[in-house]
Amino acid sequence: MAPKLPPQHPLQHSTTAAADGQADHAHHASPKGIMRWLLTTNHKEIGSLYLIFSLIMFFIGGIFALVVRAELFQPGLQLIEPEFFNQMTTMHGLIMVFAAVMPAFTGLANWMIPLQIGAPDMALPRLNNFSFWLLPVAFTLLLSTLFMPGGGPNFGWTFYAPLSTTYAPPSTTFFILALHIAGVSSILGAINIVATILNMRAPGMRMMDMPLFVWTWLITAFLLIAVMPVLAGVITMMLMDINFGTSFFDAAGGGDPVLFQHLFWFFGHPEVYIMILPAFGIVSAIIPTFARKRLFGYASMVYATAAIALLSFLVWAHHMFVVGLPLAAELFFMYSTMLIAVPTGVKVFNWVTTLFRGSISFEPPMLFALAFVVLFTIGGFSGLMLAIAPADFQYHDTYFVVAHFHYVLVPGAIFAIMAGVYYWLPKWTGHYPHERLAQCHFWCSIVGVNLTFFPMHFAGLAGMPRRIPDYALQFADFNLVSSIGAFFFGISQLIFVLVIVLCVRGGRKAPAQAWEGAEDLEWSVPSPAPLHTFETPPVFHRSHHGD
Amino acid sequence: MRSLWQWLLPTCVIAGANQAQANGWNMPVGVTDISRDIYGLHMTIFWVCVAIGLLVFGVMFYSLFRYRHSKGAKAAEFHEHTSVEVLWTAIPVLILVGMAVPATATLKNMYDTSEADLDVMIIGQQWRWRYEYLGEDVAFNSNMSTPWEQIRGEAARGEHYLLEVDEPLVLPINRKIRFLMTSDDVIHSWWVPDLAVKQDTIPGFINENWVQINEPGIYRGQCAELCGVNHGFMPIVVHAVEEDEFEIWLAERKEAAEQEAMGVDREWELDELMARGEPVYRAICASCHQAEGQGAPPAFPALANNAQLIDDLDWHIDRIVNGVSGTAMPAFRSTLNPVEIAAVVTYTRNAWGGDTGDAVQPASIAEKIVQ
Ligand code: HEM
Ligand SMILES: [Cu+2]
Ligand SMILES: [Cu+2]
Repeated sequence: MAPKLPPQHPLQHSTTAAADGQADHAHHASPKGIMRWLLTTNHKEIGSLYLIFSLIMFFIGGIFALVVRAELFQPGLQLIEPEFFNQMTTMHGLIMVFAAVMPAFTGLANWMIPLQIGAPDMALPRLNNFSFWLLPVAFTLLLSTLFMPGGGPNFGWTFYAPLSTTYAPPSTTFFILALHIAGVSSILGAINIVATILNMRAPGMRMMDMPLFVWTWLITAFLLIAVMPVLAGVITMMLMDINFGTSFFDAAGGGDPVLFQHLFWFFGHPEVYIMILPAFGIVSAIIPTFARKRLFGYASMVYATAAIALLSFLVWAHHMFVVGLPLAAELFFMYSTMLIAVPTGVKVFNWVTTLFRGSISFEPPMLFALAFVVLFTIGGFSGLMLAIAPADFQYHDTYFVVAHFHYVLVPGAIFAIMAGVYYWLPKWTGHYPHERLAQCHFWCSIVGVNLTFFPMHFAGLAGMPRRIPDYALQFADFNLVSSIGAFFFGISQLIFVLVIVLCVRGGRKAPAQAWEGAEDLEWSVPSPAPLHTFETPPVFHRSHHGD
Repeated sequence: MRSLWQWLLPTCVIAGANQAQANGWNMPVGVTDISRDIYGLHMTIFWVCVAIGLLVFGVMFYSLFRYRHSKGAKAAEFHEHTSVEVLWTAIPVLILVGMAVPATATLKNMYDTSEADLDVMIIGQQWRWRYEYLGEDVAFNSNMSTPWEQIRGEAARGEHYLLEVDEPLVLPINRKIRFLMTSDDVIHSWWVPDLAVKQDTIPGFINENWVQINEPGIYRGQCAELCGVNHGFMPIVVHAVEEDEFEIWLAERKEAAEQEAMGVDREWELDELMARGEPVYRAICASCHQAEGQGAPPAFPALANNAQLIDDLDWHIDRIVNGVSGTAMPAFRSTLNPVEIAAVVTYTRNAWGGDTGDAVQPASIAEKIVQ
């Protein structure tokens, strides 16, 4: 254990750190224009690249969703053919998961982890550059499949074999390649994050002193390293089935289509936690800041995150309750899934108790974080319902499941990302985001999200299967409301872009400590954070988490 | 604004739950003992969630009102409390154990497929269901009967739009019926909410499930697993009837099957085959090869003006009898009878300007199937 260090105000280091940074920067002439961005190894620039990329992909994936919702606006086929409908649902899911949510978190990690642990950069800066630039390649390739003969992937983001092998369009080989490239990017990014966190913390910062965003990302990175290779394995098996005559998933050749699902969900369930753990970290930073009170139960937050991560390897077959697993397997996966709700609950209780007897104000990041707590919890409740295996025989593959995962992913993961962006924008740009516009964005998003996804619970319970381009008349009202909500939500996101653009260009100046109650090291460097920070490690002073 | 929100959410959840039955907002109670059990589990876990939600959100919104910075609230210092933390870990565990017990019992019951009175094989196919009453020599396909004009908005939509079929599955009430479920192509999922049966049909596997229906009636459902372009258009209709009514129906079907079998041995005219072939084509082939045989390349080749097909009758028949492995074209040897195959082959060779004049005889197809 490191000896207890003399207390020292963090702001003192920041001035030296910043000065060092600027001096150093003047030494070498960095490339200009496009080359600067292609070749950059700076964690802040790469973080910005990731964030911009994911924002663009968020809109592309969003447009696909709106095409789907437009078709579902009323019964009948009006706008698009079922074949294209399937391509849209598939692409929407793939783009949102792999190109919007995951890169957004990686972008936040790039920007904030070095700042939060007092490191000058990521441990492996060139690898960092490579990880990012793989993504535009992967997703340009993926999107290009839409223009290939036979169209793009049309088998759902879960691409169950044999629909995705024997029965798939010819472009599937490119889909596999794109996913491989994106997977390599994720693994390299995760390795970098682990290396950074384990090796580059400021002197005196123990693991249990790390901000929760760092903790949750560390655990997420281990999840990524563990399961992305499984995804790579399963898509390679598909590739072989399609192109080289193997029969891993082809029953006619002695293969096993259910094996596909086991492999996919062994990746897929941890994947859903990959998309939510960093969100937990962000919310755990924002709520204490604006409640002006230390996070309740820091240690139990860390343990709960670790417990969720470990359990997430043991619950995958809850996505497969109706594939005909043996009774013993059904019971095992039902119990383990119910169990995972416990650490999730602990987190919610901790956030609420942090609010209790705090001194609360409602800046934009806080609005999004509070909405996260409420709406993510609603998604957790439907998750708990889905965990009841006998009931899942009714819920499975209906709009009820669609409602569940959209509650945990949109007002869950995506609201947390937006909360993080509003929280750290002053640090990135040196300006506060426009408060009124941000509030407007928030209220529009809240209304839009609930209008879109709440009726889906009812549609699902009433019997509407997911992934259908047309539906029976009794589902018409639910779908009408959902579609209106979706367009409202989609258009509201333009406000978000506006706020970001305005904030980059100007606005009320932010000091180093942009939020009164904020504690972590990133608030000790000036706003905007200079290109190079913490070139001499700050001395970490332990006022917060541990004792 | 926030108070409105706090009020609105639970209210609309509860309102939804109460009206549920009448207007289709909730899971149906269904017509089997198991569907009732499942409905009970669903409502229990739902109210558990509502209770926890009221508690958690209650504390949360109370804090948001009570401890506001703008009203001069000073933050307290506490940041951990072991016994509270242990408690709120332990209590949820107990609640969950309380849920797991009845859920386990129901699940065991659902898995008990022993001692069935009747076995029905359910086969998923792109994009229809095939039902075979095992040991009874009765088997048929069940296709969606909603006309495409309704889907395209060119005709008024009927009451059971998308949930109607040409031949429903007929089952007796009060008898334990075991389903053996498989697929000829991709994975489908046979789901009828009122029976609380949802089970994937998987190529190469035979899954089991069972029902015992308590009330006669017509129960509708849909395929629940994405299975390709027409996934949205493969509904299920179950006709549950009194037991004696079922016996009569079954006897009629058996006789009809014998009639059809006799048709194999006689000579068929071209016109007869064309007339028999057209509905088969429309029900089975048109979903891929399109209404006018124009196909949808590259996945689904055109049949109209297809030189290879016209030139080589044996090749043509072989494609249909044995399918084309590695593609979406299934083998129809066991899903269509020789008369139907002969008729549809004749139809494709003579419709859309093909005019080969070939009248393919069912007897010759029967020979090919035996090989
Ligand atoms: C309390 C915690 C949770 C529980 C108990 C839970 C349980 C479940 C279950 C049982 C299913 C399968 C339902 C079915 O297909 O029939 C499911 C689906 C899903 N869950 Fe959760 N879940 C929880 C939290 C989350 C979180 C945090 C996320 C992501 C951020 C998430 C994302 C998803 C997704 C994406 C699917 C559907 C995937 C698909 O089929 O396309 N869930 N959940
Ligand atoms: Cu899962
Ligand atoms: Cu289907």
